Amino acid sequence: MTTFDEASPSLGSHLYWAIRDGWTITTRGLVHWIRNPAVAIGGLLYPIVMVALFGLVLGSAMTVEGGGDYAEFLMPGMFAQAMANGVMATMAMISSDASRGVTDRFRTMPMSQTGVVLGRSFADMINSVLELIILLGCGLAIGWTWHGTWGAALSAVGLLLLLRFAMIWVGIYLGLFLKPEAAGAAWMVLMPITMLANTFVSPEQLPGWLAPIAEWNPLSATVAASRELFGNPGVVGGSWPADNALLLAIVWPLVAFAVFLPLCARKYRRLSR
Amino acid sequence: MHALVAEGLRKTFGKTRALSGFDLAVKEGTICGLLGPNGSGKTTAIRIMATLLRADGGTATVAGFDVTRKPGQVRRRIGLTGQEAAVDEILTGRENLEMWGLLYHIGKKRAKIRAGELLEQFALTEAADRRVKHYSGGMRRRLDLATTLILAPKVLFLDEPTTGLDPRNRNEVWSAIRSLVDGGTTVLMTTQYLDEADRLADRIAVLAALPGEGGRIIAEDSPDRLKAMIGGDQIDLVVRDESTLDTAAKAIGRISAAEVEVNTDERRLNAPARDRIGVLTQVLRELDDLGVEVEDVALRRPTLDEVFLRLTGRHIPGEEAS
Repeated sequence: MTTFDEASPSLGSHLYWAIRDGWTITTRGLVHWIRNPAVAIGGLLYPIVMVALFGLVLGSAMTVEGGGDYAEFLMPGMFAQAMANGVMATMAMISSDASRGVTDRFRTMPMSQTGVVLGRSFADMINSVLELIILLGCGLAIGWTWHGTWGAALSAVGLLLLLRFAMIWVGIYLGLFLKPEAAGAAWMVLMPITMLANTFVSPEQLPGWLAPIAEWNPLSATVAASRELFGNPGVVGGSWPADNALLLAIVWPLVAFAVFLPLCARKYRRLSR
Repeated sequence: MHALVAEGLRKTFGKTRALSGFDLAVKEGTICGLLGPNGSGKTTAIRIMATLLRADGGTATVAGFDVTRKPGQVRRRIGLTGQEAAVDEILTGRENLEMWGLLYHIGKKRAKIRAGELLEQFALTEAADRRVKHYSGGMRRRLDLATTLILAPKVLFLDEPTTGLDPRNRNEVWSAIRSLVDGGTTVLMTTQYLDEADRLADRIAVLAALPGEGGRIIAEDSPDRLKAMIGGDQIDLVVRDESTLDTAAKAIGRISAAEVEVNTDERRLNAPARDRIGVLTQVLRELDDLGVEVEDVALRRPTLDEVFLRLTGRHIPGEEAS
């Protein structure tokens, strides 16, 4: 058997193995996705159904503050909601690995422990990019489009993916805490949070005490910023978070990332189930 | 040479003491069975020695390295099979082994070769390209074991490796474990069954948590000596007529020279049978002479509760009724 020198692996080899092992885990995630199309399709169906429900059924009854087409108003909200809901997929996978001893196996192996989470986030990001592309296609099909430059539109996509990236770390952290059944039921908490934003209606139309909550909801920042960048209607100022949506759409995810990354690392090291 | 030494391990979760002074030494190339009821700290002890948990006190050395100071070195030399088969359901058996091989850093080529060898060794070649989702419980366990052997570990931890398996699958796993030790691996396995420890282990350590305390080893010996200490196997006898219960109990008590447990509702009598067949034939002959009709009789290993009763003078907490 080969003998290894543990003393202090150089930063270079640490990074090398983090990426190599991360890629192995990513491949696993992608194989899951391909072999379990039901899960992937289910994940996609939800926003499509919501688009159909709100865009087509309720759309005629909805008015957009400041004027404009409801589908145009709705789609950026749907994109952002789908990115936020991605937390469910991350959580489910992490929680199932933890409960079935797979995480323990990772932890008793001489592999890169950073690679485990890195791989998970790669795989989830690849999924999310595909999901977003499909949703953008759906949007175009029901009459949504962007009006600004390609650069602005791509920036909006970037902000949406930034939100998803932050949600991965939230998902990993919660997944390490929750049993799979609890993780599966988390949508009951998640749905009101993603609805209590500017996704479907603008906060000014909400009761007075709810409006600030919806305005400060991190999701609202991403939605408002992507509306602005896509050149879609519904951009109304008036409150500080609404006026600074772009800034908040960058700051919120970075804050979440900065908070949850160390929390994940700490929780992962201290797993004691 | 000892492959594993634990000294005074202590661990508390919140207010619950899981371990209070766990000492154990396992010789290289042997199987040690860690026998104890739920809540006695078996899993905690294993998790500390497998670098998954940090002890509050005490030391543990596995394959020559301290688990807290050199966890990386320990991880290169151990394998752990938990209570659930930690394999990927969506991947095939072969893909699982290849993936874990890559994660053990043995390279793609060697991972493939090793996967083939292990599939062969664990009689999984035929099912190799089926998804694990379609495997039986025993096949999953075997794949799980195979995974832990990719690097040929010096020390293998098995946490209740046969829990939830039917007898056939259990036998499959047992023979897999035996073949490992032939290859020089040291095994520490936990179990709730004396029978399992008796069949597999070279040494049995009994772990118990007395009220208000965490688990500690209360007995450690070879299976034969341990069984002798607790009175050997048990004779289990059911009489046809309740009125003959007393007569039968007296006769059995005289022959086995030990206390007889009587369950009136089931008309069942229970006593140690030191030399097994000798006691059995003598009891049957005697009862026949006394005109006691026997409905059922069997020799069996003592249950964990009986082991406990003999070693600690008390039943396993929460199992008084059984």
